[in-house]
Amino acid sequence: MTVAMTMTEKILARGAGRESVRPGDLVLANVDFAMGHDLTIPPAGKIMREQMGAEKIWDPDRVAVTQDHFQPAKDAASATLGRLTREFSHDMGIKWYFEVGQGGICHTVLPENGLVLPGELVVGADSHSCTYGALNNFATGIGSTDLACVFALGELWFRVPETLKFVYHNRLREWVEAKDLILYVIGQIGVDGARSKAMEHTGEALRHIDMEARLTMTNMAIEAGAKNGIMEFDDVTKQYLDGRAKRPYQPVSSDPDAEYEKVFEFDAEKVELGVAKPMSPDNYAPLSEVAGTKLDQVFIGSCTNSRITDLRRAAAVLANRKVASGVRLIITPSSHQVAIQAEKEGLIGIFLAAGAAWTTATCGACLGGHMGVLGEGEVCLSTTNRNFPGRMGHPKAQVYLSNPAVAAASAVTGVISHPSEVLEKMPAEIR
Amino acid sequence: MTLPKVVRGRAWKFGDNIDTDQIIPAKYAIYSLDEKELGKHAMEGVPARDTWASQVTQGDILVGGSNFGCGSSREIAPVAIRGAGVSLVIADSFARIFFRNAINMGYPILQSPQAAEAIEEGDELEVDLEQGVIRNMSKGDEYRAEAFPKFMNDLLRMGGLVPWVRKQLEERRRRGAAVPR
Repeated sequence: MTVAMTMTEKILARGAGRESVRPGDLVLANVDFAMGHDLTIPPAGKIMREQMGAEKIWDPDRVAVTQDHFQPAKDAASATLGRLTREFSHDMGIKWYFEVGQGGICHTVLPENGLVLPGELVVGADSHSCTYGALNNFATGIGSTDLACVFALGELWFRVPETLKFVYHNRLREWVEAKDLILYVIGQIGVDGARSKAMEHTGEALRHIDMEARLTMTNMAIEAGAKNGIMEFDDVTKQYLDGRAKRPYQPVSSDPDAEYEKVFEFDAEKVELGVAKPMSPDNYAPLSEVAGTKLDQVFIGSCTNSRITDLRRAAAVLANRKVASGVRLIITPSSHQVAIQAEKEGLIGIFLAAGAAWTTATCGACLGGHMGVLGEGEVCLSTTNRNFPGRMGHPKAQVYLSNPAVAAASAVTGVISHPSEVLEKMPAEIR
Repeated sequence: MTLPKVVRGRAWKFGDNIDTDQIIPAKYAIYSLDEKELGKHAMEGVPARDTWASQVTQGDILVGGSNFGCGSSREIAPVAIRGAGVSLVIADSFARIFFRNAINMGYPILQSPQAAEAIEEGDELEVDLEQGVIRNMSKGDEYRAEAFPKFMNDLLRMGGLVPWVRKQLEERRRRGAAVPR
């Protein structure tokens, strides 16, 4: 008799070499792909070599390293972290090393290079590693000692999570994006609403959104405290991976009679444009409640909302318009490939003409690193993922989270605004 | 480093959803390899706690609310707290990456909603880590901590994931298995 399992359980069972697993089981599982970056590789490398006594990593072809958090180096100490990251990657022969100017933010770089695939067990030494789950894999954030263990052994311990199922009926309305939907969900369940659990997203609304929008949703699983976010494999997944996937892959699906700890059902059509107000990602409010809030800075960037589709929507709003006086708009593409595409499509010209600061691909302002750190009392509207006190700079800065079209429109008006105030209609092909 | 049997210290009380950027603001991530320096800035991002680290006495106990350590995966969060001199973190509940980072470091944490609610700042605590019993000497109370699965307890007792991996590597070498595979 076979045990009915969710996608998450199936992937962990396969990794552990077991027929089946149940929520709560502790397993040792083989890892299919691992990721680290300039803040997490230096400690992981040191722990692995100096403390664990391992000389090589288990499989250099299954590791990616990005220089994204404090790179290009924001100061001398960051340059040292960048150098340690570079040297470790070189010494270990890591195949997927992305230098400054050639990669960008890990969570955009790995999917766009076809490195994280359906059915796989993926770990990343960064909390937003849950992003990859939109591609039908189990992906979760881990620490540096964890990463050192994976490097040394190719395996890691996991507690099999309970799965929460989120069903989205109907379709999102005009202007409403995946970001609004996930902010709404986190507002409903709270920043610990899925603590240590799997968030399985499904339903009609997802079938009508593209892979980049799906990545925005799984990206924010961690903001509800989840271990992973995961979605089904469908034509959208397949088309995204065609010509991109670097390895053969085996999609996975949940059994019809799999057990869920809880099932949440939402009518996507009823979800409004929304924001997370300061100082927590679950502090949801409909846009209408905060409209008119005066802004000092608008930031369009991060692994959450700065892929090419996000930039297209921002450009549609900003074309032939100017950033309002008294506001600064900073746009940071999430990868070098995104920047190249934005250049081809003429988006960068639109941003520059509007009076926006266009930066290289980096995490930058999202974590208060550089290129847009907030000062005391400043108010920012940001397309990023979390707004806990001090996340983007001073603990008394106020950060609102929104989708890119709202961010772009608000940069034009200088206050939090509905995009329809500056653009009559979002062209259907870039919705 | 193995786990002490009993820990004694004074309690510092924090609220719910204290995230890693409050525990150690990202700007200090440049000190990722320097535990003492990180320790000087522990909890600096928590409103009105910006000078907290300088008030900690070696061995003090940090008591948090629910979802303690949510946010980023940065292991420097528990490293900074340890670097500040805190001997043990008790919370109503922990965010998962902070939780596994602490276990992996062999750094003691206890989950006890009862203790997190009842303990007040400055209370003197005596904690039996083996029994999972928290005694509040100031109030004359006693609280139980939730038991962890065996594998996590074993990891904690042996000093974390580093000695565990060393043992695994030795076994693989002894078996003649390629290291790494």
